[in-house]
Amino acid sequence: MAVMNDLRTMKNAAWLGWQMEANWADPFLFATYSIVKPISATLILVFMYMVVTGGNTDNPYFSYMFVGNALYMYVAEVLFGVTWVIHDDREHYMTLKQVYIAPINFYAYILGRSAIKIAITTAGVIITLVFGVLVLGVDIFLDDVDWLLLLGSVVLGMGCICVLGLALGGITFLTARHSIGINEGVAGVFYVMSGIIFPITALPAWAQSISKVLPITYWMDSMRRAVMPDAMAELSTAAATDVTGLGGVSDLYIMVYLAISTAVFFALSLGVFRFADGVARRKGKIDWTTAY
Amino acid sequence: MEAAVETKSLSRVFEPKKKKEGKSVTALDSVDLRIEGGELFGLLGPNGAGKTTLLKILSTLLLPTSGKAYVAGLDVESQFSAIRQKINMVSGGEISGYGLLTVKENLWMFSQFYGIKSKVALQRIDEMLKDFGLSEKKDAKVRTLSTGERQKMNVIRGFITDPDIIFLDEPTLGLDVNASRVIRSYMIDWLKDHPTKTVVLTTHYMVEADELCDRIAIIDNGRILACDTPERLKKMVKMNTTLSMDVTRLKDAAVLGSFSGVENFTFTEDGDKGLTRLRFVMRDESGVSDIISAVLSQGSRIESLQKTEPTLEDVFIKMVGKGLE
Ligand SMILES: Nc1ncnc2c1ncn2[C@@H]1O[C@H](COP(=O)(O)OP(=O)(O)OP(=O)(O)O)[C@@H](O)[C@H]1O
Ligand SMILES: [Mg+2]
Repeated sequence: MAVMNDLRTMKNAAWLGWQMEANWADPFLFATYSIVKPISATLILVFMYMVVTGGNTDNPYFSYMFVGNALYMYVAEVLFGVTWVIHDDREHYMTLKQVYIAPINFYAYILGRSAIKIAITTAGVIITLVFGVLVLGVDIFLDDVDWLLLLGSVVLGMGCICVLGLALGGITFLTARHSIGINEGVAGVFYVMSGIIFPITALPAWAQSISKVLPITYWMDSMRRAVMPDAMAELSTAAATDVTGLGGVSDLYIMVYLAISTAVFFALSLGVFRFADGVARRKGKIDWTTAY
Repeated sequence: MEAAVETKSLSRVFEPKKKKEGKSVTALDSVDLRIEGGELFGLLGPNGAGKTTLLKILSTLLLPTSGKAYVAGLDVESQFSAIRQKINMVSGGEISGYGLLTVKENLWMFSQFYGIKSKVALQRIDEMLKDFGLSEKKDAKVRTLSTGERQKMNVIRGFITDPDIIFLDEPTLGLDVNASRVIRSYMIDWLKDHPTKTVVLTTHYMVEADELCDRIAIIDNGRILACDTPERLKKMVKMNTTLSMDVTRLKDAAVLGSFSGVENFTFTEDGDKGLTRLRFVMRDESGVSDIISAVLSQGSRIESLQKTEPTLEDVFIKMVGKGLE
């Protein structure tokens, strides 16, 4: 029963999220937001890469960077997305307390609201990748894609990032403040440490040992292995040394690692929400806005 | 029968954000209150009295610092999930709502959080919009509504979920006479149709409290000063009559409070007209002529004079020591 109720809450919240994100009254704006924005953000990086390398996009490293950057959009959007949902309800619509006192699972509500943001971001990532393949010759060939690994990576990786975003969102709930600082910090660590646009082997040894704990590092690698296996093989084995830093790690290990991380972050996010809920009620912060 | 709301030595203290800055505020101080099912119960008190704090605790937004509060027999601290099934809360003067949704969508969405069948909800929305004179705005985006229209929508949001107990924090705040009347008569009709349901409201408007409420609690500084029916509250000050005078060219109003028989004395100056409004709550009428001659002896002119039987406002002034202006 409780599960059914939570699913219904998620469905309703997703409906609400959809009404907000996909503003069909202005399809042009919506298209700009979901297509042009991610592509143009990527193009800036591509342009910088071209300047530095003298226009050499033939290198497997170009594909490495392009895919990493596209997937990172996903990481960043989701990490900030949940926080924004809570922030919006609190400050913009001022509906947080109305939703809060409704007989629903607040966690399910937030998940539903965020789902649409996540879906739109996913579309943006796919569009960016297609653009990369068609226009810039990124090394993704449908015949070579390891679909099983891709499916596993997508499910586990996205799950992991979502629950991480929820855990961060719980902190917003707690502080009644922009926790954007925290989110930026976390996103920044992932950007530098998780092999997004440069491999972790470019980092000093101590930083690499941190990288090898972060689940995003593994997600990036398994996603690349799935969509661009040849380029990854070239990067991790053909060279004298393993550029990716994860050449010796098996696909299965990554999947298990992501599964465990997801479970841990899921438990953590539930814990954060429960704790934040108690503190917010004790301190009377639920209907606060930062204007106070 | 189980009370709709019951509090036992309920207290709420707000600690300052930083220990050094300011003192802690006692918003509620050992409040004992019992509200029966079927009542239209009013909380009347000046700004900062603790009305909103009490409603927040009862609607599970805020925890007590000490003491107990029960809603429908359920503990607000531990049984909040069960309470949320049975209640709803609306605050006046707030402009909340999902601006991108239409009025209908906004109301429908909240009804869904309470598990109301979509068809039933849509029908109820139509009826209530009609009752509130808001039918034309059904498909208007919430962000295009005026403040009063939004507030009406939020009151509808409160009732649409069919709560057993509804908490209304100044539901008519800032609304025009017409809109206020609509909301008041809706509450009365609602209770008539559902005799076991309960409305708990806070208000600044004496008339609203007097005409609307079955019982009223007068609250100040976090304490309940009196709690009874409006009639009996007025009987408590039965001995008192009120003498109201509008005078001009008065030199010193403050000295007028010291005559015999004066229980309480307030005055307001209307600077534009040079008018002073005097208001005496009299234990007996022995001092009336003294007061009048004292006013005249200051070279003042009496523009109007009125003697009235006690109203709820007088009760309030007597209890709280000041008016609700
Ligand atoms: N979150 C808070 N933190 C600190 N103090 C608070 C908080 N909320 C309320 N207070 C204080 O508690 C007291 C009671 O406030 P409350 O909002 O309950 O009054 P009220 O009776 O609703 O007043 P009003 O008629 O102005 O709405 C006030 O002194 C207020 O400053
Ligand atoms: Mg208040």
